[in-house]
Amino acid sequence: MIHPVNSLTRLGRGTLFLLKVLAGIPQLFVRFGLVTKQMYSVGVQTLLIILVAGLFVGMVLALQLHYTLSTFGAEDTLGLLVDLALVRELGPVVAALLFAGRAGSALTAEIGLMKATEQLSGLEMMAVDPVERIIAPRFLAGFLSLPLLAAIFSAVGILGGYMVGVDFLGVDSGAFWSQIQAKVDFYDDVMNGVIKSIVFGFIVSWIAVFEGYDCLPTSEGVASATTRTVVNSSLAVLGMDFVLTAIMFN
Amino acid sequence: MFKSIELSVGIFVGAGLAALFMLAMQASNLSSISSDGFYEISARFDNIGGLRVKSAVKVSGVKVGQVKAIDYDSESFEAVVTMQVEDKYNQFPKDTIASVFTSGLLGEQYIGLEPGGDEKLLGNQSEIRHTQSAMVLEQIIGQFLFSKASENDNQGF
Amino acid sequence: MAQPLVQIRNLHFARGDKIIFDGVDMDIQAGRITAVMGPSGTGKTTLLKLIGGQLIPDQGEIIVDGQNVHRLKRADLYRLRKKMGMLFQSGALLTDLSVFENIAYPLREHTNLSDSMIRSMVLIKLQAVGLSTAHGLMPSELSGGMARRVALARALALDPMMIMYDEPFTGQDPISLGVLVKLIRDTNHALKLTSILVSHDVTETLSIADDVTIISEGKLVAHGTRDEIMHSESPWVRQFVDGEADGPVPFHYPGDSIEHQLMQEVK
Repeated sequence: MIHPVNSLTRLGRGTLFLLKVLAGIPQLFVRFGLVTKQMYSVGVQTLLIILVAGLFVGMVLALQLHYTLSTFGAEDTLGLLVDLALVRELGPVVAALLFAGRAGSALTAEIGLMKATEQLSGLEMMAVDPVERIIAPRFLAGFLSLPLLAAIFSAVGILGGYMVGVDFLGVDSGAFWSQIQAKVDFYDDVMNGVIKSIVFGFIVSWIAVFEGYDCLPTSEGVASATTRTVVNSSLAVLGMDFVLTAIMFN
Repeated sequence: MFKSIELSVGIFVGAGLAALFMLAMQASNLSSISSDGFYEISARFDNIGGLRVKSAVKVSGVKVGQVKAIDYDSESFEAVVTMQVEDKYNQFPKDTIASVFTSGLLGEQYIGLEPGGDEKLLGNQSEIRHTQSAMVLEQIIGQFLFSKASENDNQGF
Repeated sequence: MAQPLVQIRNLHFARGDKIIFDGVDMDIQAGRITAVMGPSGTGKTTLLKLIGGQLIPDQGEIIVDGQNVHRLKRADLYRLRKKMGMLFQSGALLTDLSVFENIAYPLREHTNLSDSMIRSMVLIKLQAVGLSTAHGLMPSELSGGMARRVALARALALDPMMIMYDEPFTGQDPISLGVLVKLIRDTNHALKLTSILVSHDVTETLSIADDVTIISEGKLVAHGTRDEIMHSESPWVRQFVDGEADGPVPFHYPGDSIEHQLMQEVK
């Protein structure tokens, strides 16, 4: 299935395509309405799953960590551990995986269907560059949305951890926050997490729009491109996460 | 219809920025880093143990600053620790003692300052003369065993 | 005769191993309806995409309005495309915009007209295709024939010099077929357009075409006015126009003969 020459050809085609997309971004600032519309379908419509998932991840983390920490009598560090786990890893990574499944697949399917129904060709024949008008706004919207979604995921997760830890398991509220504020560094932890989510937003949006634009213009072509978006962007996110973590926190 | 899309995107972006703000102010140390200025003092230690950059500097348990840099002076074979102390805590006498302590049995290490009685005060870029190194657990246990062993030897004779 | 609007010289194009065009020469005269016909899979749509500059030929050149399409810089190609309208088989309407916005789209992109001007122009174009009351509908609410009429209105929005029709008659009921035939003929004559019509629907196509070209297996097999083609003696033309199952284009897909395949089963 995986042929090295084919894979490299695709990588090259994807990179050239990315350059075209990036070249189309500056003129979007004049037509920001296009991006707003896409941020609605990419960002707002992903918000619900991010809120629910973030809340539950935070709650589960608090339950699990409390169990382990209480055997050492270190429940006071619960907030710190929940916060660090979310801000450094789970926020950016899980948000990116959910984003790939919810928004990335929808982007690929939409662009692929526009190709299959000749809408992209139609634009070209109207002397409108579909990369500038269709692809670039979607890419930019995805790129801008994921860091916001990841921040919301982490914030909601911390609140979920607080709810379980403080309200249900009896950890002291003051200890919960003071441990966090003493030990979580804004630049090393929070900002590095934000940088991660910016990188992931770039990768997932790139893969999603490229797979859509590059797919075979048939039903099977769109279906397999959508699958590839979810699989490839999830793998890319996990792989990049390892690299970024190694660079940032070594 | 487009207006309602704009509104919901506005709410989304607002929520995202609010979440970032919360992570910055409530869920990290950004709020505890004072916006006031700092002044620097340094101290030399034979051994700093597990002290790291950004470890706390405390007086009577109150955090007054943090470790800015740790260097090794290869001529005197000592560690040179540079600390940032907030400007509002500028009343430390010259003969203040700096020690490396551990919070709890296995906790983080920090620098504890114990003010002396000198009339002159520590200024910017000044150096603390009196220091006490970190206690290294292995050394303490080693000394303890050694003294026990010598007690036993004495009893034997 | 005047300079042809489109000149195709020695066109070669292959997709992978499959040769689609193998040295095609063709002229399309200004102000006439030229039909390009041929069996399915002979690359008629590909020809339109080559003329529109969406595909690049392996060899040969295509000159439209005195400009070599594939030597043009991007900006010049886009300027040329504004003068070419194309009607896709599916209509290719933007599915997230209403009928009105679809037709307004090229106007908004390429002109600085005021909203009220755009509104009047869109309604005029819709009136021309008989759908001025449908401007509020979404493309998903249109039938196939209506979608093509809207797409025609959109293709006409920028007042092009030529329009390319890709299989406009495929899958239409007799009434919409009649409407489309009438629209193509009327717009061409009223607006002095040049039309290129790609189709394999012989009856409808021959009823409106001025010139007819038949392509088969990458080569041009016949070219002439409608009357010449209708009375042609060429077996290619006869098979295609009369719809005979067997002839120069074989009934059987090339490959092993059935006898040979059956013998293998027995072994």
